[in-house]
Amino acid sequence: MSTPKPQAPRPRRRGFSDRSLAWFFVGPSVLLLLAINIFPLVWNIYLSFTNYAANRPGTPVRGMGTRNYERLLSQEDVWESLQHTAHFVTWSIALQVLLGFGLAWLLSRKFRGSGLWTTLIVLPMMLSPAVVGTFWTYLFQPQIGIFNAIVGLFTGTTEFSMIANPNLAPWAIVLVDTWMWTPFIMLICLAGLNSVPRDLYEAAEIDGASSWRQFWTVTLPMVLPFLMLAVLFRGIENFKMFDMVNELTSGGPGSVTELANIYLKREAFEKWRTGYAAALAVILFVTVFGFANIYVKVWNAVKQR
Amino acid sequence: MSDTARSIVEPGKRAKRVAGLVVAAYALVTLIPILWIVGTSFKSPNDAIAYPPKVFFEPTLEGYVNVFTTRSRQSPEYMESLPPPETWYDKLVRQRNMVITGPSRFGDRYLNSLIIGFGSTFLTVVLGVLAAYAFSRFRVPLRDDLMFFILSTRMFPPVAVAIPLFLMYRELGLSDTHLGMIILYTAVNLSLAVWLLKGFIDEIPREYEEAAMVDGYTRFQAFRKVVLPQAKAGIAATAIFSLIFSWNEYNFAVLLTSGNAQTAPPFIPLIIGEGGLDWPAVAAATTLFILPVLLFTVLLRKYLLAGITFGAVR
Amino acid sequence: MLPPNPIKIGAAALGAALISLSPLASSEAQGEELTLCWAAWDPANALQELGKDFTAQTGIEMNYEFVPWTNFADRFLNELNSRGQLCDLLIGDSQWLGLGAEFGHYVKLNEFFEEEGIRMEEFLPAGVYNYATWPKGEPEYWALPAMGDAVGYVYRKDWFERPELQAAFEREFGSELAVPETWDELLQVAKFFQGRKIDGRERYGIALYTERGSEGITMGITNALYSWGVEYADPQNPYEMEGFFDSPEAVEALEFYKELYECCTPPGHSDAYMVANLDAYRSGQVAMQMNFFAFFPGIAKDEDVGDVSGFFVNPRQNVEASVLGGQGISVVSYSDNQEAALEYIKWFAQPEIQQRWWDLGGYSVHNSVLEAEGFEESTPFAGQFLEAMSNVRDFWQEPAYAELLQAMQRRVHDYVVADEGTAEEALDKLIEDWNFTFEMEGKK
Repeated sequence: MSTPKPQAPRPRRRGFSDRSLAWFFVGPSVLLLLAINIFPLVWNIYLSFTNYAANRPGTPVRGMGTRNYERLLSQEDVWESLQHTAHFVTWSIALQVLLGFGLAWLLSRKFRGSGLWTTLIVLPMMLSPAVVGTFWTYLFQPQIGIFNAIVGLFTGTTEFSMIANPNLAPWAIVLVDTWMWTPFIMLICLAGLNSVPRDLYEAAEIDGASSWRQFWTVTLPMVLPFLMLAVLFRGIENFKMFDMVNELTSGGPGSVTELANIYLKREAFEKWRTGYAAALAVILFVTVFGFANIYVKVWNAVKQR
Repeated sequence: MSDTARSIVEPGKRAKRVAGLVVAAYALVTLIPILWIVGTSFKSPNDAIAYPPKVFFEPTLEGYVNVFTTRSRQSPEYMESLPPPETWYDKLVRQRNMVITGPSRFGDRYLNSLIIGFGSTFLTVVLGVLAAYAFSRFRVPLRDDLMFFILSTRMFPPVAVAIPLFLMYRELGLSDTHLGMIILYTAVNLSLAVWLLKGFIDEIPREYEEAAMVDGYTRFQAFRKVVLPQAKAGIAATAIFSLIFSWNEYNFAVLLTSGNAQTAPPFIPLIIGEGGLDWPAVAAATTLFILPVLLFTVLLRKYLLAGITFGAVR
Repeated sequence: MLPPNPIKIGAAALGAALISLSPLASSEAQGEELTLCWAAWDPANALQELGKDFTAQTGIEMNYEFVPWTNFADRFLNELNSRGQLCDLLIGDSQWLGLGAEFGHYVKLNEFFEEEGIRMEEFLPAGVYNYATWPKGEPEYWALPAMGDAVGYVYRKDWFERPELQAAFEREFGSELAVPETWDELLQVAKFFQGRKIDGRERYGIALYTERGSEGITMGITNALYSWGVEYADPQNPYEMEGFFDSPEAVEALEFYKELYECCTPPGHSDAYMVANLDAYRSGQVAMQMNFFAFFPGIAKDEDVGDVSGFFVNPRQNVEASVLGGQGISVVSYSDNQEAALEYIKWFAQPEIQQRWWDLGGYSVHNSVLEAEGFEESTPFAGQFLEAMSNVRDFWQEPAYAELLQAMQRRVHDYVVADEGTAEEALDKLIEDWNFTFEMEGKK
């Protein structure tokens, strides 16, 4: 990747030269990232043009040109998994933004005990997603699970299954993800709300703006950069989602919750079509990278305002 | 949070009370699943699969015994031929016509989680603080590019590196080793650590070090004796984030570890009791596994919030 | 609350981590120690109990790595493919023999068998064929048959025998409530119990295999396919599947399984494999469950349902057939302890040990056990076991088996559980997937 060009030496201070110290300080981190992130990424790109299968020692590796990519893009299953991913990302983030921002807004009123409630609300996001997926399968059991029992209290029916019903399962994963990650958006929004200078409100109040108007003209614009950053983090994470959903539904029923990364894991480590899976990994990486880049540009524009 | 930071200048009493009620209601609903799991860990297997679900039950430690042991069901004749049970857990297990055949893997997995979690956290903080200091204080060539490069590694989907990493670790003999996992988690956490710590170090006035260096400290000594203590809060926040990530990580763990260095997250879904999915045991393992994180959250929430705030601002 | 000092806590924790790191980083097995890998289920615990004998005799310590079936293939195939040294002995699935042999994961045992006088003729032929040989049926051995198994069914004998239920069944269907011998009868009985209140609780018909992630629904649906007499491919032309796996019988079997799933399983039974079925049955939810014989000793000993359970083999429709389970025990070629591992196999192959294995709840396929006097009466399911083992059939045992299996899991689950498309479409897509795999393999 980027080999740093030598710069003009800058003689300064005693002791170690700052330049050598700088390299000594930065070097290990950069080396580690090169070895564990960049090198594998480059290798992965190379593999994506071959027919390599990691479970077959001794089989000659042939170049495939772009055939892996062509086959991938013509596969209905791949497109389906991308659709499932889009549904999951869109809805989980929309719900989390609504709930997270709402909670943060309420919490910013600093009522008594808000610190305690914040700590309690934050708990779900401290858990391991795989463990969360596992125990939600239990909570979602139609008869012995607590979820249906509680829903039954309000609707009178427990005759449904969040995981078994192909129409409900995509919402089950959205629900669990929302449960787990709403606090994250809440915390970042709270940071944003707390950073709004008090005099802005005071000025608005002197102008006679209603609190509704204050919300739209002061609060929201000030918090938006924070909220957008939170959405970026969650967006990237949810696009990569594997663990929680894999434990909760393993992509089922049928394939209605088979997200792109679950599909990818199956191709790579169950079917062992390494080259083919590598090509899919590249496609997913490019997608997330592209979206993130555009998004960051928009974010910067919003921040500048 | 400082005094100047308020959203609505001074919300009325009623507005506060309504907000408090709504937030409390959300918190209680969101806690039900966690409380239910903790409760389930004290149920007997039959109570755990009762229909309708049981809110009140007779607590038992069976789930916890089952997490730490493997058992085998035997015939009544066989059971009678055994000497009387020596311990309370032997007794508990025998009530179900079972004998303990050995310890389970849960203890090992938990220990692995501790080693890998704290090991990688330590390494992340050390490397992160060095790099962050350099980026903050020195004119590192291509600094902004390097900083962006470090951040961009955060965007890689784990799967994009998992395939080659699998091959790489296989060749290097790092598959299923503690060292391999520590290195990997460190690499994943570094990006956040460098960015977070740079923010904190930027806040420390340069004059402190410069004064120390005038007093005869070398740059390195000044870093160690002056900057590090000042960056305490940032280090704590970084450590918490790194630990939470490596403690909970599943994707890499499931692909790169098995018998030796496997951590608890891939293991907990596998806890299956004799002849049935043993929910109390799963719940017990989950409870034990959340405990450290719970402690961390409650004790160090100040730093956690500071970290998130910083991450958002920078 | 006093503000804690995070630095001190951190330092203490790191210190602890570093201290514990050094000795553990290289926890190689020292000399006389073996690790045996298998699935986490009843028989494995029985084997662990049995293994105490081996340790007592040889002084070799035994470690065990048991993984639940739903993660079994995933985990251990990954282990083999990463050339891991975790397992010295692996009780791998019957379908793994192809890849174990061809990709060099397993040690070939012919020479060893010859030296130690272990004769394959002393084992059940179906066991040797399915659990030891690759290529299939050739005298090339990659495992010792360790555990015979097939899919069977468990039913609530007490409910079947209740006069009021028998009368109700007679009224409804005009026949006697009895153990089903055909799939039509199975459906009838399942329908009868579905939603019926017995002892004040609502009960359901049958717990089927429907699991999506590993091999569950395939192991379930092949029960029907084999009974309808479906072949995977042209017997003359082993990779020609059109006209065989998409035959009218195959379509009918698939539709039948879906009907059974939709009408007669408990609510939410959409991702169920062995343990989920056991749970459903043991908690009194269902009248019948589909499951491997391996669990039957545990069921017969169960404090709640042990005395009231009966067992039957896979019902026929057009032919009699059962789905094969069971495994052979292999020596992993990446192990450093192959000598000791072979010693274990030698010990395990002894007729006395095989007899004890059966007594503890394992399924020996050693003839000395199966032909012993009173074997069929030794347990309430021994006779059924022999019957099932006489007509077992298995999934593809090809080296590409995992790929073939994954395709089937998806296509069948899409149709049966998610209710997408028709049976014909599911089978057509499946054959398309399989054709692709075999083309990549260069077999077509």
